[in-house]
Amino acid sequence: MELVMAILIGVLFTAAVYLILSRSLLKIIIGTGLLSHGAHLLILTMGGLGGLAPPVIAEGVTDFADPLPQALILTAIVISFGVTAFMLVMAYRAYAVHKTDDMNQMKGNNEHD
Amino acid sequence: MTLEFVLLIFLPIVAALFIPLLFRKIKGIHTGWFVLAVPVLLFIYYTSFVKTTMDGGHALSELQWIPSLGISFVSYLDGLSVLFSLLITGIGALVVLYSIFYLDKNKEKLGNFYVYLLLFMSAMLGVVQSDNVISLYLFWELTSISSFLLIGYWFTRDRSRFGALKSMMVTVFGGLMMLGGFILLGIMGGTFSIRELIAKSSSFVGHEFFTLALVLILLGAFTKSAQFPFYIWLPDAMEAPTPVSAYLHSATMVKAGLYLVARFTPIFAASEVWIWLVTGIGLLTLFWGSLFAVKQTDLKAILAFSTVSQLGLIMSLLGAGAITFHVNEALFSFAMFAAIFHLINHATFKGSLFMIAGIVDHETGTRDIRKLGGLMSIMPVSFTVAFIGSMSMAGLPPFNGFLSKEMFLQSMLAIRHFEYFNFATWGVVFPVVAWIASVFTFIYSFYFVFKTFTGKQKVGKLPQEPHEAPIGMLISPVILASLVVAIFFIPNVVGKWLVKPAVMAIQPYQYSHPSEVEVHVSAWHGFASVELWMTIGIIIIGALLYLSLSKWQKFYGIQPDSISLNAMYDATMTFSEKGMNRLSRLYMTGLIRTYLLYIFAFLSVTTIAMLFLQDAFVVDMSSFSKISLYGLINAVILLLAVAFVLLSKTRLGAIISLGAVGYSVALFFVIFKAPDLALTQLVIETVSVALFLLAFQRLPKLSDHGETKSNKLVNGIIALGVGVTVTLVALSSHSQKLVASISQYYKDTVETEAGGGNIVNVILVDYRGFDTLFEIAVLAIAGIGVLGMIKLRLARKESSDENK
Repeated sequence: MELVMAILIGVLFTAAVYLILSRSLLKIIIGTGLLSHGAHLLILTMGGLGGLAPPVIAEGVTDFADPLPQALILTAIVISFGVTAFMLVMAYRAYAVHKTDDMNQMKGNNEHD
Repeated sequence: MTLEFVLLIFLPIVAALFIPLLFRKIKGIHTGWFVLAVPVLLFIYYTSFVKTTMDGGHALSELQWIPSLGISFVSYLDGLSVLFSLLITGIGALVVLYSIFYLDKNKEKLGNFYVYLLLFMSAMLGVVQSDNVISLYLFWELTSISSFLLIGYWFTRDRSRFGALKSMMVTVFGGLMMLGGFILLGIMGGTFSIRELIAKSSSFVGHEFFTLALVLILLGAFTKSAQFPFYIWLPDAMEAPTPVSAYLHSATMVKAGLYLVARFTPIFAASEVWIWLVTGIGLLTLFWGSLFAVKQTDLKAILAFSTVSQLGLIMSLLGAGAITFHVNEALFSFAMFAAIFHLINHATFKGSLFMIAGIVDHETGTRDIRKLGGLMSIMPVSFTVAFIGSMSMAGLPPFNGFLSKEMFLQSMLAIRHFEYFNFATWGVVFPVVAWIASVFTFIYSFYFVFKTFTGKQKVGKLPQEPHEAPIGMLISPVILASLVVAIFFIPNVVGKWLVKPAVMAIQPYQYSHPSEVEVHVSAWHGFASVELWMTIGIIIIGALLYLSLSKWQKFYGIQPDSISLNAMYDATMTFSEKGMNRLSRLYMTGLIRTYLLYIFAFLSVTTIAMLFLQDAFVVDMSSFSKISLYGLINAVILLLAVAFVLLSKTRLGAIISLGAVGYSVALFFVIFKAPDLALTQLVIETVSVALFLLAFQRLPKLSDHGETKSNKLVNGIIALGVGVTVTLVALSSHSQKLVASISQYYKDTVETEAGGGNIVNVILVDYRGFDTLFEIAVLAIAGIGVLGMIKLRLARKESSDENK
């Protein structure tokens, strides 16, 4: 299963990077969303996909899934959500001020050379 | 000795602290009078060491600075450093005296001038007395800095600033190279003390760093002592006030390089490279400087090129003196003596000549030799001094320059008999070049003194009515000129007191007591000596060439300005500035895509390269878990959703597809037994989609802004590269787990230690509660940030309006 997941994660990263390299601010934000999904799945996969039961203590269960990567991902999900929300509002504000979402037009001016 | 005389090195700096105060508070007295006490006291003090060094002894005083790194301030006074200390303080005193009359106390910023000058004096004393190479380097750079400040003293003039910058660039370049050499020496010898390095020097030969350290240290010496091709800063440094030119750029600072070469001779003389470089570059500089001195029309420029040339002469003698390391014959043994002797002579006559050039400038308003002439009857004292100095420079009796020139020619002739290192083949070139250079020296010496003081009087055309300088201004040059004559008559006294101890310090492998240096200076060698006939030849040919000067001086115009060394320096500076500008404009495009391309390309290329170069790419199928059907189906769903995200033409389509990706990730969490994750992912994905919808409603339509096909292709390739990198790294790292997971501990202790059943939750709030705390903080900050961005725009707008 890890092989499938590794390829899947590769696809997620490819799509994310492709979007991040585009000129549209919207696509960049979507790209970061995909990137965090890829990263979360990567952490999970690297922890090992074996384990017959969820990591909750119950009678007669010995083969738990690894709880540590899950805890790490949980933290990461929340943080990436916070960052995404912040970026969305920032994109909204940037558009309100600059009237564009074209990254080529948002480049720095020559004043600070 | 009870007094820690290492502290005296810092005396001028301490005195400098009071100068601004004296300059501000005491307006009636020229500040220079207070300054004068410092070099005079030091000079008297350092003369007391002459007795010690004459007996072959030395004095040592140490001040710990960073003992743990072996760095300290040391005042090591042997023959060589006493000689230099006396030069520095002695000529320093004369220069300060001269400057009192040269600089007007009401018009000039004397406070600055004397602070810089005293700073320089300390630095110079530190250079020549330091036994520790690191503190030597410290003082060395301090001379560069104070020289920079002094050259740029009249900082409102463009030429001054240009000259100051140029000298700074060249000498600091050399200084840094020298530091490299010092550190290599420190590595080789395991100590920073020069004496200990000399003691260990026999083990350095053949060491891999030996030649590199040698070349680096020579670079430092050559740049400071204005050797070819680094002499270019010296003529431009003539924008400094004349006392500075006399002090720094003829008598002291430019000799720091010579001092360095002399000091390190016992370490490096074993090397063929050292002898060739020091002798060869010295001779080339001598020839080049003398050749171009005749071209100059500015009095100080003539003297600058003459200084370059004379420094080359001393340098070549130092190189020839190093030969004694290999051949202990009387034939070569006086080269070092000649070098030190000429060093003293040069300091006396060049100091006086600079002061005369300053007087001429001061009293006539110009230094252009084409405008001057016939000043002899108006300025008789200045003329006498200039005549003495010039004749000594030309190498004529009865002046000290004659003696050292004879010894120089004798040494260059002796080189023919040195049989190692290909000198037998090339040695004959040395006396020939030296002789031609001496002819030109003769010409520019005459050119300097006679074009200024004889010929037609051009009084009416001068900017000022010329008259003799005030007595105070003449005292210093007259003292120096008297020394020039006096040394001719008592060369062996000077030799015994100053030169022989110095020679012993430079050649400790040969002499253990100054009296063993068996050199007797005599003005007359008899008709049989070749040098005498060479000197007569110099006088005859030189006189003929000088008389026909107007006929051939114009040939100098043939050389176009564009291929001179100065033009090369300027071109290098412009090129580095423009080139660097162009380079950074090339890669700093200001576009975020470009930077991300660099980052991603670097990431994937280096990671994949390392994976395969280190044979790290291993896939171990046995560690993989079984493929589940649900997993496969979900993977297909996720792939489809990703494809829709990429292909979607509308905002809504893209958001919905992104949501689909999120939900299928949540499904994966279900499949892989992570209920908490699945729950969180579902909730957060829902909220995110809602947020996206909310925000995107106010954003423009999804568009690629007319991105070109080729850009898209490059993006695709880079993206694919990153994707492949991640997959490969994931596979190979999963296949090569080195240690077992620590999760077993959590599983075992979650109930007994923490009293919970849900291991993930217990980890989040108990085992690793800190993560959770700060994750909460992140959310809070994000919330405040969002609020700020929405609410605070009015205030920001106002402030940005104000900035405009």
